[in-house]
Amino acid sequence: MDVTVTINGTERHAEVEPRVLLADFVRTHLGLTGTHIGCDTTSCGVCTVLLDGTPVKSCTVFAVQADGRSITTVEGLRNNGELSAVQRAFKEEHGLQCGFCTPAMMLVATSLLEANPDPSEDEIRWAISGNLCRCTGYVNIVKAVQAAAREAQTVGAEE
Amino acid sequence: MYPAAFDYVAPTDVDETLGILADGGEDVKVLAGGQSLIPLMKLRLASPATLVDINRVPGLDLIDVTDGHLRVGALARHNAIARSDVVATENHTMAAAAPWISDPLVRNLGTIGGSVAHADPQGDWGSVMLACGGEMVARTANGQRTVAANDFFVDLFTSALEPDELLTEIRVPRYAGPAGGTYLKLERKVGDYATVGVAVHLELNPERTRIDRAGIALTAVGPKNIKAIEAEQMLVGEAPGDELFAEAAARAASAAEPRTDVRGSAEYKRAVVATFVRRGLAQAAEQAGRA
Repeated sequence: MDVTVTINGTERHAEVEPRVLLADFVRTHLGLTGTHIGCDTTSCGVCTVLLDGTPVKSCTVFAVQADGRSITTVEGLRNNGELSAVQRAFKEEHGLQCGFCTPAMMLVATSLLEANPDPSEDEIRWAISGNLCRCTGYVNIVKAVQAAAREAQTVGAEE
Repeated sequence: MYPAAFDYVAPTDVDETLGILADGGEDVKVLAGGQSLIPLMKLRLASPATLVDINRVPGLDLIDVTDGHLRVGALARHNAIARSDVVATENHTMAAAAPWISDPLVRNLGTIGGSVAHADPQGDWGSVMLACGGEMVARTANGQRTVAANDFFVDLFTSALEPDELLTEIRVPRYAGPAGGTYLKLERKVGDYATVGVAVHLELNPERTRIDRAGIALTAVGPKNIKAIEAEQMLVGEAPGDELFAEAAARAASAAEPRTDVRGSAEYKRAVVATFVRRGLAQAAEQAGRA
């Protein structure tokens, strides 16, 4: 079946079998390998992408379901060639160790901050509760999300 | 992991969907949120010949109140229910359960209709429906029927839905008087199956001196969600109070059929049921007292 999506602002299409999972569609058919595949059993969340702005596990969605819809992957976070506030904060706060869960964590953080620009630590921890970091680097991940929220607010106040 | 090959259809209205189900028989499966079905297909525990994706059918995700019922469309996502002001006002048990389902990513796609149709005894919505006297609305090309929750959950992963039926919405009666309710869940970690879950629903008389309606149902302690009928019956007509609730908790615990597994011993789970029922009834009564 022909599947057309707008991915990171660009329209792309490919011919796929209905059983092709969105995670593989993005990685193999569209060549965007920033989206990782971990458990492949709907448990770990590392394959998270934003589907029409909402974080979902792309190993548990068929590519055909995304036809005509918009997808954001980690490659789409930067704007005008610069790291986004969330990406910068993950770098500055060392919100990663091995980096495998990082694309998903940054997408979930981006989605959280859009809905809730000033989340409490508790709200951040619940928001990332579907995403596993097997390095157990949660402390710095939470710090990074807090730093991104602070930066966004400072920038907002200056404008 | 890949599912076996299947044909994919994405109808854009209910009648078209019902036509496909009528023609397809047992080999057709409805795809709603897919958060249980797709993992099962990847494990090849389910291999439907045709998948009918209902996500492009408008109107199936409604949440509203009509004819004395809170109506929730089969395609309403768990997170939409968790965030709904209507649900928060209309049904405390449902509002309490929604944020406990799986994890935030699964809640963004998973649906209430898919969850109840899946009839997993570890499913949280089944207990909410049993406790609140919910009904499932099932449609075919020839008409519609309403199935009470107590008749809907037949056995392990088996609901009363026929292959040609589409579950379009669930309904729970609106509160008739001061009411309270909650859902208590013990899980080892976010996204794990429940060790034990308990749904509680209470309605008092207008003077708040007597229990008019009581609902208690148990998750993950049997081959299906269990309605603790004896415990419910002993509450009705009585004045709410700690001793009464402790007795009801004991009866609910004896209705549970827990099994020892990695999440705990049968004895432990039965004790959690008793604690949760007692605690849930106290919370619901307190809430109804304020309502």
